[in-house]
Amino acid sequence: MTTVNVPLYRLAHSRTGDKGDISNISLIAWDAECYAVLLSEATEVRVAQWFGYRKPTRVTRYVLPGLQAMNFVLEGVLDGGVNSALNLDAHGKGLSFHLLALQVEAPAELAARLPDVPA
Amino acid sequence: MTTLHSPCLVGCATGFSGDRTDGAPPVVRTLAARGGGTLIFETLAERTLALAQLARNQDPEAGYEPLLDDLVGPVLGDCLRHGIDIVSNFGAANPPAAARRIAAIAAEQGLPAPRIAVIHGDALDSPEQRALLRQRLGPEFDRLDVVSANAYLGAEEIAQALRAGAQVVVAGRVADPSLTVGPVLAHYGWRADDWPRLGRATMAGHLLECGTQVSGGYFAVPGLKDVPGLHETGFPIAEIDADGACVIGKAGNTGGRVDARTVKEQLLYEVHDPARYLTPDVVADLSQAGVTELGGDRVAVHGITGHARPDELKVNVCYRGGWLAEAEISYAGVQAEARARLAGEIVARRIGSAMKLRIDLIGAMSILADDGGAMLGGVPDRHRQDVRLRVAARHDDRATAERVLREVTALYCCGPAGGGGVRTSLRPRLATLSCTVPREIAAAGWTLQEARR
Repeated sequence: MTTVNVPLYRLAHSRTGDKGDISNISLIAWDAECYAVLLSEATEVRVAQWFGYRKPTRVTRYVLPGLQAMNFVLEGVLDGGVNSALNLDAHGKGLSFHLLALQVEAPAELAARLPDVPA
Repeated sequence: MTTLHSPCLVGCATGFSGDRTDGAPPVVRTLAARGGGTLIFETLAERTLALAQLARNQDPEAGYEPLLDDLVGPVLGDCLRHGIDIVSNFGAANPPAAARRIAAIAAEQGLPAPRIAVIHGDALDSPEQRALLRQRLGPEFDRLDVVSANAYLGAEEIAQALRAGAQVVVAGRVADPSLTVGPVLAHYGWRADDWPRLGRATMAGHLLECGTQVSGGYFAVPGLKDVPGLHETGFPIAEIDADGACVIGKAGNTGGRVDARTVKEQLLYEVHDPARYLTPDVVADLSQAGVTELGGDRVAVHGITGHARPDELKVNVCYRGGWLAEAEISYAGVQAEARARLAGEIVARRIGSAMKLRIDLIGAMSILADDGGAMLGGVPDRHRQDVRLRVAARHDDRATAERVLREVTALYCCGPAGGGGVRTSLRPRLATLSCTVPREIAAAGWTLQEARR
């Protein structure tokens, strides 16, 4: 099977929530085939590495098969959260779009039919 | 009129304090056409209550949602006429004053005096309550300049007030989903330990509590996820059946969309472990949730259950957190990014170790970066030609924090070439701590306001 690299935004959509210094980032597949790619590619290890510059103390992935979705809980990534972070986006609202930029391997056949945006 | 066997309808017309204020009329029209229901407004984020408490300290009749008139005024008459109850946390730090204001609005509009209930007991300000908070939060609590401490109350008091005939229920701090669970409990009369039903109704409330975030708001990505009519997005309405299962829709003749994707995004919003979503009413379990599109902007949610509620209530303590200083200056054209970086270095050298600074290059690298500067430092100059430098810092001492503003302003003459558009701001900061306390510590209850004309 030939595979190609695709950014997650072609396979899924996402929203961020925050509580204190913890960010939760959902990753919701467009369909079952995309979800299968997420299950094998969007692992806790990959996501922890991708957010490594924010020094997460723990990254947990919860899977929700009924929604073809997963929920990443990243602890310690918000510079203390709304209390102490100096970030303009102290809630980390934009972090879902950082996750969506992560490149993963997907079957070429699947990639050919995925939505895309102008480069 | 609604009956036990017709679904319980709950519409939500604001998702936070600061939301659009024109969401309620279409929700009320839709509920009225369907025989009534409940209109909720969620207006109380973590810090909103502390801000309200500061307002109340200045004026004993203030301290509730500042936009109360704009929210309630246009729909109060229609709600009373069509049997639509209003339930909200817009009482903030002063629910009795909010109730008095609503009674006054009714009088000004020549309406019959509504039966208004006030929920009390969320504010933990007695010496005994504060002593317990100190015990739970540790000796650090003594050093805090506490503005407010409130427990998250649940749905029971709201339900009791509605069953007693309240047409408007004014709360301060209650858990957001409880604004929905209260009217549903009152409607169906479930037992307070019917965990599966409470779990389902709680997730209906969770889907409603952020307003349009389930009906097309906070969702659009042009080319990937388009939403029609975002300038007039309809606020959501849930139809909740006798088992607590819900169908999410929205107000008629509005923009926005409700589909499987919008509902999934909101279902997982601010959730950690999906099997354990904690509220004062129940531990909701959405780990096996599913959604089905019914067409016509309606989505059925299924597979949710619930488990016994937590023993203790969550408490949010707000305290003064020093001063936040922010200052910005822009650079454009050749070497703009290099000049902005140089300007940031100049400010950092002059401030030295007095404060920890955050440096952003807006237009090159800002919100994705970290306070420590690891990401910005790792990204080379990419020669962006329109860059705005932002310098931010926090300090307990106002005069020290102010130095950031002065140093950035001085870049006009002393900094790199061509800097323009300096803006500065210095604001007091509110910080929060949370813990849990035994339920009996918060004397939760409700009272019907006496009718006064």
